Amino acid sequence: MENLWCVAGTIFQLWMFVVVFFIMLPAMFGLSLGVTEVYIQVLVKILEWATLRIQRGRQEQPSASVPLHTGIIERAGGSMEEEMWQLRCSRPEAAGAFCLSDGVYFCKKGLESIVEDQVTQRFSSEELASWNLLTRTNQNFYYISLRLTIIWGLGVFVRYCILLPFRIALASTGLSWLVIGTSVVGFLPESSAKNWLSELVHLTCYRICARGLSATIHYHNKENRPQKGGICVANHTTPIDVVILANDGCYAMVGQTHGGLLGILQKSMVRSCPHVWFERSEMKDRNAVTSRLRHHVAAKTKLPILIFPEGTCVNNTSVMMFKKGSFEIGGTIYPVTIKYDRRFGDAFWNSSKYNIVSYLLRTMTSWAIVVNVWYLPPMTIQDGEDAAQFANRVKSVIAHQGGLLDLAWDGGLKRYKVKDSLKEEQQKTYSNIIVGQNDIRTTKTCSETRGSIKLDQ
Amino acid sequence: MGSSRSSLSRVPDGQQLLQETGFSAAHLLRLHQRFQFLDKDSRGSLRSEDLEAALSENPIGVRIVGAFFQPGQETVDFPSFVRVLAHFRPTEKNRTRDGVQPDPADSRNRKLKFAFQLYDRDRDGKISRTELLQVLREMLGLQVTEEQLQSIAERAIQEADLDRDDAICFDEFRKSLEKVNIDHKMSVRFLE
Repeated sequence: MENLWCVAGTIFQLWMFVVVFFIMLPAMFGLSLGVTEVYIQVLVKILEWATLRIQRGRQEQPSASVPLHTGIIERAGGSMEEEMWQLRCSRPEAAGAFCLSDGVYFCKKGLESIVEDQVTQRFSSEELASWNLLTRTNQNFYYISLRLTIIWGLGVFVRYCILLPFRIALASTGLSWLVIGTSVVGFLPESSAKNWLSELVHLTCYRICARGLSATIHYHNKENRPQKGGICVANHTTPIDVVILANDGCYAMVGQTHGGLLGILQKSMVRSCPHVWFERSEMKDRNAVTSRLRHHVAAKTKLPILIFPEGTCVNNTSVMMFKKGSFEIGGTIYPVTIKYDRRFGDAFWNSSKYNIVSYLLRTMTSWAIVVNVWYLPPMTIQDGEDAAQFANRVKSVIAHQGGLLDLAWDGGLKRYKVKDSLKEEQQKTYSNIIVGQNDIRTTKTCSETRGSIKLDQ
Repeated sequence: MGSSRSSLSRVPDGQQLLQETGFSAAHLLRLHQRFQFLDKDSRGSLRSEDLEAALSENPIGVRIVGAFFQPGQETVDFPSFVRVLAHFRPTEKNRTRDGVQPDPADSRNRKLKFAFQLYDRDRDGKISRTELLQVLREMLGLQVTEEQLQSIAERAIQEADLDRDDAICFDEFRKSLEKVNIDHKMSVRFLE
């Protein structure tokens, strides 16, 4: 029994030694020992080798290669008016009246939606063009060779038995030091020294957490980094986005107060520097939220606020509609694009499929997290522009930088089953055709469209 | 030991569906993934609620789902799901593995029957005036008044109802759509 305690004690001392000297001290000064870089390079070599083997294996066995573009059906690009006009081709006098063939249009659209709908595609993880030796992405790949399977098996062992415990220990160390450190700093009187110390504590602990995920972050355009009194706006893929951004600067977080461990974290963080935590009841009152954030921004000495205007996690191939609430606060907006490299692990949190604990487990058993962060030049609302237009402008800048698709859909579509307004749109357009307000004869003549149909066959 | 077999083995009746429907193995896998996605409770079969969720923005979504199920059927399993969708492949592509091309007239008829069932909800073989009014109300929502709806329905029945029985039977339906290229307009084109 005593031996067990001795052993545990030594392990703990050894662990603390490693953490303090190899991780904490470099983190405090923002340096890196280069271990992660070497690891990533080795990984890339192995994955490239695996890809070649898979490609070779595929050539030997002609097989079911699953189409990996984002859609499997070809959709006619025409508007409802054009499609209806083609359907009614036989009877130009039918404009302004209902035809039985109209139902065919809705039927086809319905069938297409059954096979595939474009909204939910964005909320499921993007497929990889090759297998990255993680079991979870092995939906479409199968046994190729013994060597590959051995490497995969080794990979499983390394990830689950070596990396996972190390990462969990590191992450818990980082978080507990964050709580302790910020509480300690909270006791100091308000002064510039306190702010400096608080920043140091936050940065160090977030860097330790980032090490705990084997995260390699490349920051671009650091001259555009968000300044005090500004609002930082970014696309949202995972809760880890916060850690990624906080590795390079201190932000005032915005969010709901939680209970439990997260609540303890929130309470201690707010002791050392002003974050903005809302009670659940306050969140419902939009004016209260906006005015509190406005006060924070107006005090130019406070840290920049970090907001994710999409309101939900999206799978990092596109950017969904930005909620205009964040853009009504005023102040300068600092857009930031975050793009994850999918080869090393999928960082997207599919909250309908996984809860936070299983998500963290999956992330900690991936190879690594490699992410590019681009700081974009600050933007302000222009005259004659309302909050929604400003939001769209910022969104397209962010999407353009990261090579993401700029979509107009509301992220909330993920959660709500029926969005009645979309159905109403369709009904409105259709009623205009029937009641005759849309002149559907303006596009093409009947014979032209018939000719183009023939070519398709 | 073909490699396609190992991945198709996860798909119920995979080999048989491959022969029967003319879908490629890749498409079957993809459809199976879609089926599993729609099957939120992982029962292995879809109920009408699961399909309706995918059609929430379609004004006649509930009807389309209704036409998917045979009368008396409450759930649809994966093979039936694929078989229904296979009807909607363009005819020239709808060759089975034996090289037998289904009769184009037969395929057109099947598609027309599906569309007819969208209107004829009670499956009595006729689209009555009431049924037509219901469909129109769904497609137009609150955008038109009751009078407008009545006059639209009246005009439609007068045009299509040839035997003057105040209802549209399947033959009359087919006649009114005879010039429409149903195969093109009602087919779902799968990318190769």
